[in-house]
Amino acid sequence: MLKFMLRRLSYAAIAVFAISLVSFAVIQLPPGDYVTDMVNRIRITGGKIDPAFEQRMREVYGFNEPMIVQYIKWISNIITRGEFGYSFVYKRDAGEMIGERLPTTAVMVLGAVTLTWAIALPLGVAAAVKKHSIIDYGAIFIGFVGLAVPSFILAIVVMYLTFRAVGRVNIGLFSPEFVDAPWSLARLLDLLRNMWLPALLAAITGIGALTQTMRANLLDELNKPYVTTARAKGLAEWKLLAKYPVRHALNPFVSTIGWLLPALVTGDVIISIVLNLPTAGSMLYAALIQQDQYVAAGFILLLSTLTVVGTLISDLLLAWLDPRIRLS
Amino acid sequence: MATLAPGLQNKTASAAEVQEAKRSVEVASQWKLMWWKFRKDKLAIVGSVIVIIFYTVAAFAEFFAPKSPEFFDPQYVYAPPQPLFLFLDGQFNPFVYGLKFERDPKSLKKTWTIDYNNRIPVGLFVEAEPYKLLGLVPWNVHLFGPKDPKQPFYLIGADKSGRDMLSRIIHAARISLTVGLIGVFLSLLIGVTIGGISGLVGGLVDVVIQRIIEIVNSVPSLPIMMALAAIVPPGTPPVQVYVIVTLILALLSWTGMARVVRGRFLALREEDFILAARLDGAKRSRLIFRHMVPSFLSHIIASITISIPYMILSETSLSFLGIGLRPPVVSWGVMLRDAQQIAAVANYPWLLFPALAVVIFVLSMNFTGNGLRDAADPYAN
Repeated sequence: MLKFMLRRLSYAAIAVFAISLVSFAVIQLPPGDYVTDMVNRIRITGGKIDPAFEQRMREVYGFNEPMIVQYIKWISNIITRGEFGYSFVYKRDAGEMIGERLPTTAVMVLGAVTLTWAIALPLGVAAAVKKHSIIDYGAIFIGFVGLAVPSFILAIVVMYLTFRAVGRVNIGLFSPEFVDAPWSLARLLDLLRNMWLPALLAAITGIGALTQTMRANLLDELNKPYVTTARAKGLAEWKLLAKYPVRHALNPFVSTIGWLLPALVTGDVIISIVLNLPTAGSMLYAALIQQDQYVAAGFILLLSTLTVVGTLISDLLLAWLDPRIRLS
Repeated sequence: MATLAPGLQNKTASAAEVQEAKRSVEVASQWKLMWWKFRKDKLAIVGSVIVIIFYTVAAFAEFFAPKSPEFFDPQYVYAPPQPLFLFLDGQFNPFVYGLKFERDPKSLKKTWTIDYNNRIPVGLFVEAEPYKLLGLVPWNVHLFGPKDPKQPFYLIGADKSGRDMLSRIIHAARISLTVGLIGVFLSLLIGVTIGGISGLVGGLVDVVIQRIIEIVNSVPSLPIMMALAAIVPPGTPPVQVYVIVTLILALLSWTGMARVVRGRFLALREEDFILAARLDGAKRSRLIFRHMVPSFLSHIIASITISIPYMILSETSLSFLGIGLRPPVVSWGVMLRDAQQIAAVANYPWLLFPALAVVIFVLSMNFTGNGLRDAADPYAN
């Protein structure tokens, strides 16, 4: 187990390193930088800029150095001091801005994971046990919705329906009195109360796919002779189900966390942009469009790291559950 | 007894048929077996018919759409859908009613009403705006439209510039559907090359490639896509943006293809017929292209059909956010951008119609893909 854990940990470390390279490079690639952007804006409004001043600004921000030097400075500041650089647009510390959005994002993604499991698991089991029933067709329908309807369209439709029903759109993460309040237990509870709809929207793709996986896995198990044997011995049906086939069917279910987390983060990003939620997605989007490179790079790095760590945990969990995996 | 006889006869007849069928199964080619298996899947058949219809409409968009995508009429900004009536006095004589509006003197808001005095006859194969079919043949016949091209004709409403939603959805299909095709083709190229190397060479190379695939898979795709798409400077010509967006989609989605190819290579390496060919002295290239590729081609086709909907959904999301394709290019995602403001959707819900096109196409493509995947290995049972 220890060997397996070490191997997995080293893969995760390599993944995070690769991601940090990619996120930094991607942010650096656009022609021009924040200074170009600023100079252009001043020119448009009729102002003049001294080329020497422009040069000086570049030096101050370190834009003149080769990319690799900029990368090393950036990443070592993050690792050693937890500093993510500076937001040119908001004139404040990028790490602080990211820190504000990270708790809500984490709660949203965790909430989406919980919802996915809490809905997909019983629904998949019910669909498999009561094949060709209303529940089964309902599960298949949800699967198709999750598969074919992009989450942003679902979000718009939900917004439209709420607007029709109550005349205004009030889908958010906090009630009005908590929006700017500092973190407290009451605020967290308020977040949990308001979060279910956005989290459900972000989770719907995962719910559809996982329900189908669970249903298919369980159907395979239900036909096996050991189920018939247990039934012949007079075991109560639900006890039988919970004790043997569902447990068998769960294994491939756990391994799907590997793609579930990236999918949920993606879902959260787009839902957050459409509904303008105070999570990572909407701020990352704004930062990318305004070339606020340190904020954008920080968000991409953190979101991806979050995913990699989640996947790592699920892998370790799976290995702990299933000896075949850790020994192979 | 007499009543049983026909049944018995039927039974013997069907037994003979089964024999016959068995013999034909034994000699049938692989593709024939796959077609037989695919045919049984009703959803896949319906799905593939819809997919073919979509691609046909996209290819001949100018003919199927009553108007060009750029056609606009400021008088009909946000005009509501005009219901189509097929019969007049018991005879097939399709028409729509005209629209008139009143302005609220205070809010200046337009209120549309149907103008029952103005009946606009609608015809099939009407002559209207000239165009070039497939970019080659000059023509001016449209499948349907108002007999007098100057009359308003908005079957599913108009957008913010008074452009016909239906015509734009039809023209947008061309962009949205080809982004899927070209993107999948690119990801196929990358996936087959990398997966092939991984499966053929094996050893350390295989391990490294597998790790790379794991890393790419563990990254949430949308943030990276957004970052890559944001690189494209605002002034870039539309064609270039189109190429870049498809490239981005391909760069993040080749891993599934690579896994399929690698798995197939590994499985086939152990097969007797490959060993026989190798002992016969076949060269490596012949081994791959003559013996291995044909036997997993069907799997590749199935994975392609499963990836196309994913590509189309990604393009739609990116364009919707304004970092994918941009106007004047018309794609379903670009059109849905108008639906971003909830105020617009609340007042003009027909702005959501492009979403319906996306959903229908993606579902059909998925049904087709699932049918193909099940049929890809006809020897399984």
